[in-house]
Amino acid sequence: MARYIQNFRKFQPLLSELVARDIKIKYRRSVLGVLWTLLNPLFMMIILSVVFSSIFKFDIENFPLYLLSGQVIFNFFNDATTSSMTSIIGSAALIKKVYVPKYLFVVSRVFSSFINLMAAFTALIFVMVAMRAELHWTVILAVLPLTMIVTFSLGMGMLLAALTVKFRDIMHLYSVFMTGLMYLTPVIYPMSILPEPVRLVVSLNPLTNIVEMFRDVMFYNAVPTFSSLLIGIIESIIILVLGMYVFYKNQDEFILNI
Amino acid sequence: MESETMIQVEHVSMKFNLASEKFDSFKEYVIKSIKKQVSYDEFWALKDVSFEVKKGDSLGLIGLNGSGKSTMLKVIAGVLKPTKGTVISKGNIAPLIELGAGFDMDLTARENVFLNGALLGYTRAQMEEQYEDIVEFSELRDFMDVPVKNFSSGMVSRLAFAIATIGIPDILIVDEVLSVGDFRFQEKCEARIQNMKDCGTTILFVSHSIEQVKKICNKIVWLDKGVVKMFGDAQEVCSIYEKV
Repeated sequence: MARYIQNFRKFQPLLSELVARDIKIKYRRSVLGVLWTLLNPLFMMIILSVVFSSIFKFDIENFPLYLLSGQVIFNFFNDATTSSMTSIIGSAALIKKVYVPKYLFVVSRVFSSFINLMAAFTALIFVMVAMRAELHWTVILAVLPLTMIVTFSLGMGMLLAALTVKFRDIMHLYSVFMTGLMYLTPVIYPMSILPEPVRLVVSLNPLTNIVEMFRDVMFYNAVPTFSSLLIGIIESIIILVLGMYVFYKNQDEFILNI
Repeated sequence: MESETMIQVEHVSMKFNLASEKFDSFKEYVIKSIKKQVSYDEFWALKDVSFEVKKGDSLGLIGLNGSGKSTMLKVIAGVLKPTKGTVISKGNIAPLIELGAGFDMDLTARENVFLNGALLGYTRAQMEEQYEDIVEFSELRDFMDVPVKNFSSGMVSRLAFAIATIGIPDILIVDEVLSVGDFRFQEKCEARIQNMKDCGTTILFVSHSIEQVKKICNKIVWLDKGVVKMFGDAQEVCSIYEKV
């Protein structure tokens, strides 16, 4: 164990360099640069809320906020897992030449997505203030669902990265899967409009619990219930352990398959 | 005084599976494994290789193409995990395997210096100290803010060599990289390696040029199809190798 920690400390500067690289490359040659992480979710929200409040009408107070909060969580998950998935394959040249702990590539991608998540979260707060929504003290508790989604995404990212090295099909399949998953998560619609059998499926989706918990603390001044906390923690830890296990078991063979 | 053993290679074997049929898709894999049609051709790149390197030695690895030299270096550098056997190495290893592998082509030279330094395990502060030296040695002062994708291959190699050889590592691994740049730069590289050697760095050197090996190394491992054919003093092994 001590050896792992020592190794991590040695490569900690690399982690920050990798994250810096991801961010730099993403916004290279754009005039507004990092500001886009803030503007992107804002524009997205404006479009979607215009579409959904004029064409499809849901009975939700402050619909733009409802939508934006769902998107903050879902987009992070999408971004983090999709970019982790290709992190090992994309670093093939490096992995073949130099010894680097391979999980660093996944962690760095999740970290870069986390920085985007923080920007999106800031955008959400701005919109809340602009729309004169009440800011409750429970907003501080947003740390809980955010920690869960980061843990969950890290686990998924490791799992996907390890599997994708062996089976490249996953890359193509995953975007379809994510589209499906988005409709199985209450991002744009409220849970109340769902018929019974569908509602069961949607509530079994681990993201649903996290998204709902996030909204509760952000808008509804509600402390998460014990059961939802417990379920969220257990689910994210199971995925993280599973991801780490699969990754660890396969990491020595990555080099032979990339 | 008996000097310390820096690298101990014990009975290392390395097996590669050459999939006789390449399958990249999950469906194919499942169907093939149910039908038990997954067959591999085994290929042993290294077979029971053992040797040790003492502190301050410079070891040359020689042999024909495909004799397992590069595989051996990768095993020592920790990039590949041996199928059997163990490699124990002490101290930090600076790998000079294929220059420029760690570069991100979209970043500028300056940014790549820090990224590459981090890959070798240096902190940002340590790299700031070395930065001037790297610019000086690579002779690329006017190009430090240019993305590396616009560099010529010679410029890339110069920058990579300058970064990889900062500080005085305990072990330096050199794989066929001295053939970069013009002859003046080659001389500069050799001088730098010589300087490290004088400071007590252990050197592992792979080259097809027997002249270079003779110049730099005092011990030689001669690999042939993954087996150690000879291990001993440079002069002795070289004279036999040259006769074959």
